[in-house]
Formats: sequence, C-alpha cells, structure tokens
Amino acid sequence: MSTLHTVNKSPFEKNSLETCVRLAAKGSTVLMYEDGVYGAMKGTAVADTVKTALKTMQVCVMGPDLKARGIDAAKLLDGIKVVDYSDFVKLSVENDKVQAWL
Amino acid sequence: MSDIKKFMYINRRAPYGTVYAWESLEVVLIGAAFDQLVSLAFIDDGIYQIMKGQDTSQLGIKNFSPTYGALGDYGITNIYVEKESLEERGLTLDDLIPLKYEDENDNYAEKDSIKVVTASELAKILEEQEVLLDF
Repeated sequence: MSTLHTVNKSPFEKNSLETCVRLAAKGSTVLMYEDGVYGAMKGTAVADTVKTALKTMQVCVMGPDLKARGIDAAKLLDGIKVVDYSDFVKLSVENDKVQAWL
Repeated sequence: MSDIKKFMYINRRAPYGTVYAWESLEVVLIGAAFDQLVSLAFIDDGIYQIMKGQDTSQLGIKNFSPTYGALGDYGITNIYVEKESLEERGLTLDDLIPLKYEDENDNYAEKDSIKVVTASELAKILEEQEVLLDF
C-alpha cells in the first residue's frame, strides 16, 4: 500500500511535519504545501527531520506556494522535488490513499 | 495628558496560510494614520511576512508584501526583527525586504527601518510600550 502524506502547516507553528516523518512508512511520498513549504528550506531548525525523510521517502514541495512566499529553489534542501498543483492530483491518484497531517 | 501612545504590533504568523498578517498590516496603517507612535516586531513565523521576492501570481491571491515598503511614509521607522527567530529559520537580514524611511531630522537621508535585536533586547523594547497588539 502506497501512501501520500501531506503537510500544510508551518513546522514552527505545529508539529505535523515531525509527526508525519516519524510515522510515514519507507517508500511513502511526503508533500509539503501552503505554509508547510517552510519545512523544505535549508539551514532551519527542522532541516534534520526532512533529511531523515529524504533517506527513505520521496519528498515533494509545492512550487507555486514556494514562489508566493519568496523561497527560491536555491534555498531548498537537496533532494526535494518541486511539483505543481496538477502533480498533486497525479500523486493523489497514483497512491492508494492520502494521509493529510493537519 | 497626551493622546499619543506608543503602540507595538507583534507579528507572529506566516503571511498566506492565515489572514492574521494581512489584518495586522491594515490595523498598523490605520493606527499610524491617527498619528500614534507605531512600531512593529516580527517574531517567530511573522518573519516570513517580510521575506524578499514574494510572488503570488500562480495562487491567484493578493501579494501584500509591497505594502510593507510604505510603512516608512506612514512614519513607522522602528521595525524590530528577533535574531533568534531568524536563526531558527536559517535566514539573515539579506533575505528580508530592505525597508527604509526618510529621516526628516537629518536632511531626509534614507535610513534602514529594520533593526535585528536579540530576545533580551526586544523584551526591553516591549516593556517601554504602552499598548501591545499581537497578531
């Protein structure tokens, strides 16, 4: 069973990202969107959490949400894939289920 | 007794996920229009409100970040950014919009409004205020 995990809250405001990474199975896809995209940046206090996820999971981040918040691709952790909202639809269909960490 | 008070607006939320940042900016501009002594603090995720290069065109929502550039014209010259919040997010002053004001007591020289301060410095600044509003 493949699962798409989504996180849409800032990792500094809620612990959704941390819990997601702790509980998502290997081979899962994690998608950060809306305020969740702040978790994809280099050099933050939560960068190690995302690096842990990158070892066993595919980690994606929503491009239009990055752009809105002034986050340049150069500021992202290595290995994170930038996607758009039509990719979000594809990921939702390709995976067996979606777990939204609110 | 003077009717002018020292107002401090404390901004602690990221700009687009909730309406807090936009609402704060509206109230700030209204307060300044009533000739109050207004200063701003950006703490925690509030720092993200003044990040450079915001472009919301793909989301179809308003990019209100250019409005921060008008604060200087409203007489808001003290904008405090907490150093600890910047560091936690891997950001530096260079990542922020360079907010300026013209100093009328110094031949209208252009000066930086943003002051990066430590938590203990900010605590003292908060203590000097008469009205605190948190968004």
